[in-house]
Amino acid sequence: MTSSLLFNLVTLVYFVGTIMFLVHLSSRSRQTALAANVVVWVGLAIHTLAFGLRWFESYQMGYGRIPLTNLYESAVFFAWSVVLIYLLIDLKYKQPTIGVFVLPFAFMTMNWAQLGYLPDFARKFLESFAASLPNGTFFNFIRTMLLGPGDTIEPLVPALQSNWLTYHVITCFVGYGAFAVACAVSIMYLLRDTKEKRAAGGEVTGLVGFFPPTKVLDDINYKAIMVGFPLLTLGIITGAAWANYAWGTYWSWDPKETWSLIVWFVYAAFLHARITRGWVGRRAAYLSIIGFMATIFCYLGVNLLLSGLHSYGGG
Amino acid sequence: MEKAKKGVEDVVWDFFCSLKLGISTLILLATTSIVGTVLKQGQSIAEYVQERFGRLYPDGSFPPDLTQAGYDKLKEGFESTYRFYDAFNFFDMYHSWWFLALLALFAMNLICCSINRLPHVLKIVREPELTPDDKFYRHLSNSVELTATGSLSAVQDKVAQVLTEKFAAPQVTEGEDGRKYLFAQKSVYARFGVYVTHLSILVILIGALIGVRFGSKGYVNILEGTSVDSVGSREGRNVQIPLGFSVRCDKFTLEYYAGTQRPKAYRSDLVVIDGGQEVVRKSIVVNDPLNYKGFTFYQSSYGEAGNGELRLRVTPRGGAPVEVTGRMGDHIPLPGGASVAVTKYIPSYQNLGPAIQLHLNTPDGRHGSPFVVFKNYPEFDKKRGDAFAVALLDYQQKFYTGLQVARDPGVEVVWVGCTLMVFGTLIAFFLSHRRIWVTLSAEGDKVKVLAGGNGHRNQTGFALFFDEFKKELQEKIS
Repeated sequence: MTSSLLFNLVTLVYFVGTIMFLVHLSSRSRQTALAANVVVWVGLAIHTLAFGLRWFESYQMGYGRIPLTNLYESAVFFAWSVVLIYLLIDLKYKQPTIGVFVLPFAFMTMNWAQLGYLPDFARKFLESFAASLPNGTFFNFIRTMLLGPGDTIEPLVPALQSNWLTYHVITCFVGYGAFAVACAVSIMYLLRDTKEKRAAGGEVTGLVGFFPPTKVLDDINYKAIMVGFPLLTLGIITGAAWANYAWGTYWSWDPKETWSLIVWFVYAAFLHARITRGWVGRRAAYLSIIGFMATIFCYLGVNLLLSGLHSYGGG
Repeated sequence: MEKAKKGVEDVVWDFFCSLKLGISTLILLATTSIVGTVLKQGQSIAEYVQERFGRLYPDGSFPPDLTQAGYDKLKEGFESTYRFYDAFNFFDMYHSWWFLALLALFAMNLICCSINRLPHVLKIVREPELTPDDKFYRHLSNSVELTATGSLSAVQDKVAQVLTEKFAAPQVTEGEDGRKYLFAQKSVYARFGVYVTHLSILVILIGALIGVRFGSKGYVNILEGTSVDSVGSREGRNVQIPLGFSVRCDKFTLEYYAGTQRPKAYRSDLVVIDGGQEVVRKSIVVNDPLNYKGFTFYQSSYGEAGNGELRLRVTPRGGAPVEVTGRMGDHIPLPGGASVAVTKYIPSYQNLGPAIQLHLNTPDGRHGSPFVVFKNYPEFDKKRGDAFAVALLDYQQKFYTGLQVARDPGVEVVWVGCTLMVFGTLIAFFLSHRRIWVTLSAEGDKVKVLAGGNGHRNQTGFALFFDEFKKELQEKIS
């Protein structure tokens, strides 16, 4: 499929972008940052094009559905969301340094999604290693992580034939993208804050010294979650509305639902932590990182490790 | 301030109002909720033991060195683990007393802290501080003292201009001593976003309670051509929920994507009969249910009812064709003592349409080898050159449709809560009530400019803004 080749190109572009951000960080050259951002914009454009092409290809195959219906497509869309949120935040805050920590999320996700396009020998090695693993839920999870999701376009099962699918998946995954950016910025916050506390005069040197000030990092962290939290709220609500429409219960404590609520609780705690003395700063940053870990579990762990109604995301 | 000794009621009140309680409850809710996603809810002790054995031996076979005693010991261990978990209601944890108590604590915290803070917020909105003294500025997280040249009114105009351009048009109050007080604010209603969000959670909880108290959840299987007037409850076993009308299923259809075995649609043609009259007719699919008198019927499952009926045309070699009928799996007698048995019906065989798999039996009962016959190619089987050529004329399989039935009068309340929550969070996040005060006082031929401000949310964001504002102000007035 042509779209898959374009997704390969996107992966490569994000890799180049990541390297350029690293060069920017070590050389402190503004031009490199500018060039890196241009590369990322180009990557997002190709990414969007490939998404549209895959949609078109599904029509050619006679299924005609938005490419947001399985693990592969969701991974690709997650990477797209991460890049989109990063670029929007960069437009507003002009802090390209955070690209060093954000872009790897997008690159790694795309890399995993495109594992099927490894050269034959590498693919064969991975496959034989995966086949040698024993059975069981945990090893099945490891197998999926090693082999990546398959990228075949399949028709929609009856449960997914609904317009709610589009609203639900888009709100959830753009929200996840914002949380990824928040997590990356929180890691930077903790690194810088630790160095600042150790440095005698508060002057931080080296790579970390070129990070934005902790005040700015804390602000970007909050801003990203401020975008992600209402989107997650909408994602949970559209999911509940859809469940009510399709199954007659808006909430059934299914593992996916419960984990999305757990994520919601963690970020709600984060938002309140920021206005509470003793919780602001490091603890808020930790909550942001925990929140993103919970998000990843909600996305991958629930589908691959737990069982429930949301099983179509598993293959 | 005088420090009064706190009574017990004040301590309790403060506890329920505190933000730390809120954060702790949120974290507790998040961590305890994990239990119910790891332990399958509603499991019996036998199912739990089976699952644990399954996890221990994923291949489904016990190792040869596992003795009966060893097996019993393992089983006993699993059973005691189950009983331990069960003592904490871990197998129905979202309805357990402790989880509900945690939710109640969460709700109490929301109510108390809202009651505690709302009067203060109303005061801020209704009666903003217009003439702050110099001490007031020291309490603001962002403030600056500048000196400007020129007359008081000229400086006032300049400050007002900067405020209007960069922020919002100020309200000017003149003090008794000739001082000028400028006050400007933005998005004052952002103050209520939080309370709308908190209220929305309570509304959703109320909606959920209404659903639990007055709603019902059921399921029913309806055989094609028959009707039901009550459905089984999903909560209690052997409890029937009367509908007050009846529902008939005329037909159940399973559609496939062309040329595949992948299901495209499960469709039930339903008819509602109320007071002896057919009132509604609707063909439902997954994601498109039927509503009638508060009950909603959802396509959920299906099954085959009995064996399918076949109509075949059998042509003996060199003889005239005969038509035979029979059921799937039976030996259908043929002329001359032989028989035919159909073992499988394939609704869509690759791109060739419906097909059956069958075999012939000789009069002395010997099975022939299985073969396939396509409905759309009735002459095809003659090529096989056997004693009988078979063509499929018709196949009728009766189905039952499995429906989930729900009645939830609380659901509208829940949607109201959800809508409030979306608006509440948007207001709370994207609007921040920001205020800037500027006090001007003449000091000789210069003017002392005291400026300060705050944002009720996202203080760091406001601090960055105030830094810029400060620079702009300094440039303009000096």
